[in-house]
Amino acid sequence: MPGARRIRFGLNGHPVEVTAPPERILLDLLRDDLRLTGSKRGCDLGTCGCCTVLVDGRPTLSCLTLVHLVEGREVMTIEGIASPHELHPVQRAFVEHGATQCGFCTPGFILSAVALLRENPQPTRAQIVRAISGNLCRCTGYTKIVEAIEAASRAGGAG
Amino acid sequence: MSSGPLRSAAPAAMRLLGGRIPYVEGPLKVTGRAEYTDDLARPGMLVGKLLRSPWPHARIRSIDVREARGMPGVFAVLTGDRYPTPFGVLPITRDETALAVEKVRYIGDIVAAVAAQDELTAERALATIRVDAEPLPEYTDPRVGLRPVDEPIHRRGLNGTNIQKEVRQHFGDVDAAFAQAPVTVRVHGSFAGVTHAFTEPLVTLAEATPNGRLTVWSATQVPHYLHRTLSEVLGIPMHRIRVIKPEVGGGFGGKSDPLPHEIVCAALAIESGRPVKMLLDREEVFYTNHGRHPTENDVRIAFDAEGRLLGYDIEAVIDGGAWSSFGTVTTYYNGVLAMGPYRVPNFRYVGHRVYTNKPPSGAMRAHGGTNIRYSVEVAFDEAAEQLGIDPFELRARNALPPNSDTINQFHISSTSFLRCLEAVRERSGWASKFRQLPYGKGIGLGCGFYISGSNSPIHFTPKMPQSTVHLKADMDGGITVHSMQADIGQGSNTLLAAIVAEVLGVDLDRVHVHPVDSDVSPVDLGSYSSRVTFMMGNAARQAAEAMRARLVRAAAELLGAPAERIEVGHERFFWPEDPARSVSFLEALHKAMEAEGALQSSGSFTSKPMGGSFKGARAGTAPAYSFAAYVAEVEVDVETGVYRPTHIYAAFDCGRPLNRLAVEGQIEGSIHMGLGQFMGETMNYRGARLLNPALLDYKIPMPEQMPEIDVLLVGDDDPDGPFGAKEAGEGPLVATLPAMANALYDAVGVRFYRLPVTPDVVWKGIQGRRAAARRWKGN
Repeated sequence: MPGARRIRFGLNGHPVEVTAPPERILLDLLRDDLRLTGSKRGCDLGTCGCCTVLVDGRPTLSCLTLVHLVEGREVMTIEGIASPHELHPVQRAFVEHGATQCGFCTPGFILSAVALLRENPQPTRAQIVRAISGNLCRCTGYTKIVEAIEAASRAGGAG
Repeated sequence: MSSGPLRSAAPAAMRLLGGRIPYVEGPLKVTGRAEYTDDLARPGMLVGKLLRSPWPHARIRSIDVREARGMPGVFAVLTGDRYPTPFGVLPITRDETALAVEKVRYIGDIVAAVAAQDELTAERALATIRVDAEPLPEYTDPRVGLRPVDEPIHRRGLNGTNIQKEVRQHFGDVDAAFAQAPVTVRVHGSFAGVTHAFTEPLVTLAEATPNGRLTVWSATQVPHYLHRTLSEVLGIPMHRIRVIKPEVGGGFGGKSDPLPHEIVCAALAIESGRPVKMLLDREEVFYTNHGRHPTENDVRIAFDAEGRLLGYDIEAVIDGGAWSSFGTVTTYYNGVLAMGPYRVPNFRYVGHRVYTNKPPSGAMRAHGGTNIRYSVEVAFDEAAEQLGIDPFELRARNALPPNSDTINQFHISSTSFLRCLEAVRERSGWASKFRQLPYGKGIGLGCGFYISGSNSPIHFTPKMPQSTVHLKADMDGGITVHSMQADIGQGSNTLLAAIVAEVLGVDLDRVHVHPVDSDVSPVDLGSYSSRVTFMMGNAARQAAEAMRARLVRAAAELLGAPAERIEVGHERFFWPEDPARSVSFLEALHKAMEAEGALQSSGSFTSKPMGGSFKGARAGTAPAYSFAAYVAEVEVDVETGVYRPTHIYAAFDCGRPLNRLAVEGQIEGSIHMGLGQFMGETMNYRGARLLNPALLDYKIPMPEQMPEIDVLLVGDDDPDGPFGAKEAGEGPLVATLPAMANALYDAVGVRFYRLPVTPDVVWKGIQGRRAAARRWKGN
């Protein structure tokens, strides 16, 4: 691979080292090379939010992020949110409140919600709506997503 | 047949059904572990890519693929001559081919395909393909295509026109009804095309193996029709094709046709001998379309002086795009789905669906029922004003009663429409708001009616069941459910598991719904026409009751009690007169297995013949119908035209809701989709060119645009529905749009007949009213 170089970053709490050319996109690396397929490819244009991951805790569109930009940073994908035996409170709330229908947008919404609650454990409804405004959902009308995030907040869902 | 024994009333106390049942696959979806087609990989998998037409209408003189064929890393190159067999979701209108043959008919039509070792190689190979084409006249206005044209888009166009389907129906005497009518209203509705915008792009993975079998994984909502179409076009018997439906990221009708890329992907796998994955990009998804038809309708309605309906006179011209798709059905639906929720004594409909050189239109949530409903409900609002009758009262006076027949012989088994009206009027505070809110604020009523499953299977001998469900219980105590019903996010897996668990009295986690796989899943016709709950639900109940009977016999033997007295619940079989005597589910299962090994049972649903004997009589017949009454409240900034819905009160009759969480989700999602069409979504064309094939420019509503939603479920049990249930997947959409229009009228005194209603349109409407010196609520 021309120009490929080694890049180290944290992935779901573990250090990783990959070899990637400069144009390598984070979403492609996650899905195709590392086989972490929880981050979804919905548009490849940064419009749908299905590929959202957290980079140093901030929601980031992995389809618009070059791998070399995460060098030395901590990347969290949907696969890193739950402990092996227990769902994260946001995940549990999404299941219980019917906030996931087809589920394709769900990982992105959950990461946006987790980032919000870590920063602001008791958000208002308007703050929740703003935090998920980069994620599109065609199934739920967002109603139950907002309800689930409120419920996770009440349950102390900063995680 | 299932309808006989299943007419029994729902059990008095149900443990699961009727409650809020989280989706069984929810934990997989929230952890990223649910597998969608693009998440799958096969050893040696190639990438499939498509070359698409830049011409809206052209005759192909030649396609030179020699260079592509010779490129390193390219394993297969296909053009239309290899698999030219026409197909289409409706057997009567097979006018599509997997790749273009002789002509291309829209920008985006598939011309050639390659399978290569990686995406870059595939794209480089496509770039070497030379297509020599002779441009032909392009037709983008369906009204032009109503008359003979120089170069009809398809040979099957009616008499040298581009008309794909013409419908003429007349029941009663419409001219006489209108001649004596003291009040008539007329609405000319105009509707831009809209599309599904599901989040998961279209994607297929195919593998042909040396044992002569073809396996296809695809993002489809109708695996069975895909199965049939693959067989027809590829010339492989169905029993050598295996269709698997992984998780599907939304469909809304857009994954219900067998789509050409699915066939091309399979063909590339056959040609290359390697697994091939084909993931369409978002732009290609927009070109594939099959969304709601751009529509012009003209609706005249006659009333007597007391507001009783005298007749409907409807015309519609719908823009079909390049192919037939579901279009023959759509053409009928744009008339006959006006048959409810009111009694229509005289009815005339003339509908035309016209081919154009645009991406094909097809079935989209509330297929065929949305645009006609808008015009009818806006007309009712106008009529109520003319008659001086409250809009609720006008509708109540005309409501179809339960157990009645429409003039075109739809049978209305159950309807709780009047209860919907009462509930939503009360909850919305209508009496103190209608025409009483300050200028700029408004409230409006819109109602709905939709089929609960198309009674006529599209592709099937009507004597075969529309749904079959198999159960297997083995010594591990697990119950595996097989059916080709297609969960695309609406929760049908969960409902299937819950019905089985309810009937067998076991915990939900004992029941495992096996993913759809044509090798093991018996045929169910899939997720379209809001058929799944009704048809699969009845089949599942029958299968579970058959298994329960054997378990009860075994339990009776163990208990020394008469089988007819044994009851089931909480994982036990017991004799109510002596509840201490009971056996566990596992004990009963293992006893029953002594006779026959693993238990298997089967249930099916076949709907009864229905409808009249006239041409097109079956279109719109359904074993039940859903009803809706919605009230919308809006706030308009009268200086800018910017408006937002603040509240929608949604009263819906889906019979008995079996999973309230799922039903609410369907209603809330439907409202979102309906608001999108009303407020701004548009397939925006300049001539034949789609200008906005991206989610940035095709804007679905954002979270901050959504109103508060109150869901009111007020249905009575349907006599034929499983446990009394009817559909809730599509009917909840249609009332949204007219409720919004009528609320805007209440807010600013302007009628809107052209969708979408964007803020600039509202602003111009307000200016127009002022210019005409018409005052509204004092302004």
